[in-house]
Amino acid sequence: MYHNAKELLALIGDSGKSIADIVIENEMEISEISREAIMDELQRRYDIMYKACHDGLETAVISISGLTGGTGKQMWDFIKSGKGIQDLTTQKGIAYALSCSEVNASMGLIVAAPTAGACGILPGTLIAVAEKLQSSKEDILKALATAAGIGQLITKNATVSGAEGGCQAECGAAASMAAAAITQLCGGTPEQCFEAAAIAIKNIMGLVCDPVAGLVEMPCTKRNASGVGNAILSCDLAMAGITSHIPFDEVVDAMFRVGKALPSTLRETALGGIAVTPTGMALKEKIFGNGGCSGNCSSCGGCH
Amino acid sequence: MNISMFDILGPVMIGPSSSHTAGAQRIGKAMYMISGKEEIAKVDFYLHGSFSHTLSGHGTDRALVAGLMGMDASDARIRNSLQIAKERGIEVSFQPEDLGDVHPNTVKVIATTKSGKTYSMIGSSVGGGEVEIVEINGTKAKSSGKFPTIIVTHIDRLGVISKISSILAHYEVNIVTMSNSREKKGSTATTMIETDHEIPLSVKEELEELDYIHQVVLVEKFA
Ligand code: SF4
Repeated sequence: MYHNAKELLALIGDSGKSIADIVIENEMEISEISREAIMDELQRRYDIMYKACHDGLETAVISISGLTGGTGKQMWDFIKSGKGIQDLTTQKGIAYALSCSEVNASMGLIVAAPTAGACGILPGTLIAVAEKLQSSKEDILKALATAAGIGQLITKNATVSGAEGGCQAECGAAASMAAAAITQLCGGTPEQCFEAAAIAIKNIMGLVCDPVAGLVEMPCTKRNASGVGNAILSCDLAMAGITSHIPFDEVVDAMFRVGKALPSTLRETALGGIAVTPTGMALKEKIFGNGGCSGNCSSCGGCH
Repeated sequence: MNISMFDILGPVMIGPSSSHTAGAQRIGKAMYMISGKEEIAKVDFYLHGSFSHTLSGHGTDRALVAGLMGMDASDARIRNSLQIAKERGIEVSFQPEDLGDVHPNTVKVIATTKSGKTYSMIGSSVGGGEVEIVEINGTKAKSSGKFPTIIVTHIDRLGVISKISSILAHYEVNIVTMSNSREKKGSTATTMIETDHEIPLSVKEELEELDYIHQVVLVEKFA
């Protein structure tokens, strides 16, 4: 049984197992299903992720509010032009993440990972890196299992909800999961996976949740893109042998405490950050009209 | 670790928000189960807090109605659910309402079936698509929809609870959790039981024959 990284690493010991092996063994026990059934379900979810990461590349996908969309295609076109500065893997990962995030905002089918708002980071990163490494199906699915393991630990010991912990909890958790997944894919040790996961959270410690008009669009789509960059650089740092110094469990704990310290205006209420900039407010007015007010005063207080 | 990896890599859902779309679908689905999957004639949604603010922006309205018609979180028809409801002759209304000291994402649902029965329910979307039903037909409840549930309103009287559990045992339905609340000694009490197995209709019928039992509601698993 594991409740944190320390216990999970102790379970691995010198068995030569990966984080994924332990996470899958645990799942077999708690869900009473076979390893084969778990791998099948992972494959099914990966296929849905893969599709969402591609549907917005050749066609512009627009959100149901009509506010945002088409950035996945813009990025994809830019990659084709060959003018970008980042390497192709990061660029593609970003385009995939934008596509996935836009499919989500358009009421398309996605896999929350760990939430819908941050759903592009893990698949975008994983698909791009797996393409570069030409990873096998089995290795990709095991990387997903490792990501799930990181998400379990963050959910258990902190939160993955923007309303509770800010965007550091949502996009931070997603980037952390993605960092560990690709570190494993690159042949990193379980310790290195946790270093990468810890670094990714540290990189965006304190990030607030401030969605314009309360919708999962602005800044969410671009935070999915930046989450890919965060995951890839965290992986590179860990693979270079650079450590986090502060262990994963302590970083998660710190993230949780920072989230609790954030005022509620910066936790998904759309009452702070970019949501209340003049442009943010104007966009809200454009969608909802009536000064962006639903008239349900007692449960809001946003206008006071 | 007691959290499933598929709760982390999931739910598989129609976007854009796990709490405002997938959670809303689940609340609608809860009413679908509470009303015994009957065709609905009319439904009123009273939206509290952030649910009322971003209603259509997150597809909360479409998700609630989709769930009410029995659709799952991953059903692509969620996008057109309002139109589908119209075609099925379901009258739908949404209004903001202050439901008091409840979770910020809460909705009260009042539904009338085509056969004329009315059901009410209050549910909260508590994050990541998870929900909690806090009131059913005016009595307090606590259900996440992960297990089949039986809710019995009865007179607070010696032996009622053991009678309920013995009927369940007779039908080989195993109890997972059980909670009981009452207003005061001897008054109306509510017993809520979550079970491992689907609860057969005959359990409800047998219980309803007892005269100290007011109401029995069976809720199939909806999460
Ligand atoms: S800003 Fe808020 S809603 Fe948007 S991705 Fe971050 S946590 Fe989610």
